[in-house]
Amino acid sequence: MAVVEQSASRAAPLPATAGLSAWVSTVDHKRIGILYVATSLAFFAIGGIEAMLIRWQLWAPGARVLGPEIFNQLFTMHGTTMVFFVGMPILIGFGNYLVPLMIGARDMAFPRLNAMSYWLFAFGGTLTYASFFAGGAPDVGWFAYAPLTEYAFSRGHSTDYWILGLMTSGIGTLAGAVNLVTTILTFRAPGMTLGKVPLFVWMMLVDGVLLIFAIPPLTAAQIMLLFDRSLGAHFFDTQAGGSAVLWQHMFWFFGHPEVYILALPAFGMISEIVPVFSRKVIFGYESVAAATIAIGFISMGVWAHHMFTVGLSDALDAIFSGVTFLIAVPTGIKVFNWIATLYGGRLRMATPMLFALGFLGMFLMGGLTGIMLASVPIDWQVSDSYFVVAHFHYVLFGGTMFALMAGFYYWFPKATGRMMSERLGRWHFWLMLLGFNLTFFPMHIAGLMGMPRRIYTYSADRGWTVWNQLSTAGATVLGVAFAIFFWNLFLSLRRGKPGGDDPWDAWTLEWATTSPPPPYNFEEIPLVRSRRPLWDLKHPEDPDWMHE
Amino acid sequence: MSQAGLPQSISPARRFERHAPTFELGAAHSAQVGMVCFLCSEVAFFGTLVVAYITYIGQSTAGPTPAEALSIPLAVANTICLVASSFTAHLAGTAMHRGGLGGFRGWLAATIALGALFLAGTAVEWRSLIFEHGLTIGRNLFGTTYYTLVGFHAAHVTVGVLLLSLMFCLSATAALSRLRTGGFEIVSWYWHFVDTVWIVVFAVVYVFGR
Repeated sequence: MAVVEQSASRAAPLPATAGLSAWVSTVDHKRIGILYVATSLAFFAIGGIEAMLIRWQLWAPGARVLGPEIFNQLFTMHGTTMVFFVGMPILIGFGNYLVPLMIGARDMAFPRLNAMSYWLFAFGGTLTYASFFAGGAPDVGWFAYAPLTEYAFSRGHSTDYWILGLMTSGIGTLAGAVNLVTTILTFRAPGMTLGKVPLFVWMMLVDGVLLIFAIPPLTAAQIMLLFDRSLGAHFFDTQAGGSAVLWQHMFWFFGHPEVYILALPAFGMISEIVPVFSRKVIFGYESVAAATIAIGFISMGVWAHHMFTVGLSDALDAIFSGVTFLIAVPTGIKVFNWIATLYGGRLRMATPMLFALGFLGMFLMGGLTGIMLASVPIDWQVSDSYFVVAHFHYVLFGGTMFALMAGFYYWFPKATGRMMSERLGRWHFWLMLLGFNLTFFPMHIAGLMGMPRRIYTYSADRGWTVWNQLSTAGATVLGVAFAIFFWNLFLSLRRGKPGGDDPWDAWTLEWATTSPPPPYNFEEIPLVRSRRPLWDLKHPEDPDWMHE
Repeated sequence: MSQAGLPQSISPARRFERHAPTFELGAAHSAQVGMVCFLCSEVAFFGTLVVAYITYIGQSTAGPTPAEALSIPLAVANTICLVASSFTAHLAGTAMHRGGLGGFRGWLAATIALGALFLAGTAVEWRSLIFEHGLTIGRNLFGTTYYTLVGFHAAHVTVGVLLLSLMFCLSATAALSRLRTGGFEIVSWYWHFVDTVWIVVFAVVYVFGR
């Protein structure tokens, strides 16, 4: 009888006594994770609408949907939003939710710091957007090159909003990274050595380390810019001996690790999802973890490949080109690991797996054009053209966003107790795959034909019109795909069919507790003996630890 | 069973072997690991400021130059204060480990005093730079980089002095003994870090950059 009562109390959902104040004051890592993800989705919708407006303006030569000033603001805010207020926080949100569950912990190492991180992000994002109501949004591009950002060229306060909003959310991100790294290093369940943590946790660990070393240089550079603008300092003021190139070095010293900061958690999701839906262990666990560390190190040394056209010395160009080629090696190792995991597996084509396979194809495209761009002569030819826009969208959208969607469909049942609709999921996937390629593949061609990025219109005789129209049509399809995704989230949250604790028959610890997990995650802290603790539990006759 | 997963009515977590959580990395507590992570980010932050300083050595288009404006004796005195404060902080920690609250408070007070003396020295230096040499943040690139680098370091010293003072107050209310030595140890790591940054700043600004 006592057992029955305990089971009943165990199944109780999160104390949905909720109300707003329970969410505002929460320090529970799962709620903070959900807050991160939900806020990021709101920013994602805004950033997506901005992209849509950009595409409509470029539909036809000489179109007048937007003026040039608004166009500059929109592409700046689109990039800033997607990188700082969608990409990073949504991945940190997933990390927040999943890492303690995966390592068998009850919460993050510093729960109150965790709440502070979230609120600084939310405030920083809101502050940046407040610029729309204070004379206009930032219009200097998401990497805000000097001297365009100096007060002489950027009057008013739009650039100050960009600096202060990003600094605020940056401090939150940094605190979140410190928290993640500390949690992973010190809160693992007994027996879970670093050789046994799920690969998603490995990727979040390296991600946190990258954030710790990459965010402060950006903050420092932004402080310098702020001093230039408001105290009359001369860091990037070329007339007083300052250097505009120094800003580029500092920004990209942050900016390139940032690309991997956005990619690594996505790699981690794929490394969790592909094995479960192939019914095989990941191929080469050690090499995936080692490749992650290699990517972490090398990514700190490739930043100047964003600056080949600036006029650095040939020697520097050669070095940064070589290192950039080098980073393709560990990334390629991972792709081979995932493919080898698929090979001979009993594949289940559920929606998470569809998106994971979509990720593999799309990310590969982005990786290959990345290798092209690492070659200095090619970069000189297509730098700042739509070819580059196509490349990084294949990496960040085709890579990170496809993986994120796989993650949504995979972990939604854990967070809510309900499955997302497979039928809508399939519509979402196929429309997204179609819309994505229709939007971004033609940009390769427009770029090779010489179309520069960030122009608000173009003349009809350049031959770019048809490629732009394909892109705009694709963007509309993408808009429909994401409308279906949001509808699916909404519908499944209310009426999705119950998923149970372990709907995918998975092997990591987050599936060992209830869906949604209780505030304390695990009644008893589990003892871990292998990389698949839940497999061991389900198969006492053939546990992994006998083979590892 | 392997296909269908576990019976939904029994939480698998309850069937794991029972174990107490351990929040440690080797011998290090999570608060220590967190502080090390934070200090790594500070290395990246000050590293960027130092790179900017070095990049702009000798690039100013107007005077005064570092050789004209900077007073070495004052900087050396400041350096002595800060280096000495690292030793007194260490002695305070040693006294606390031995359980001598009196010794701890004495060395802690000395550390706070030396830190405050450093800040006072910085104030004197800045006063002379501003009013005698006319060096402000907007005067030239030297002023721009000098005030940014030295100013952020001084801000960190200020935070350190406040944290140490907080420790001093806590030791009076005996709350520190409840925290055991962990709290002070972490603050002292921060303090040693700030001192180390000063050694770098001294070398860059007053030795190589002059």
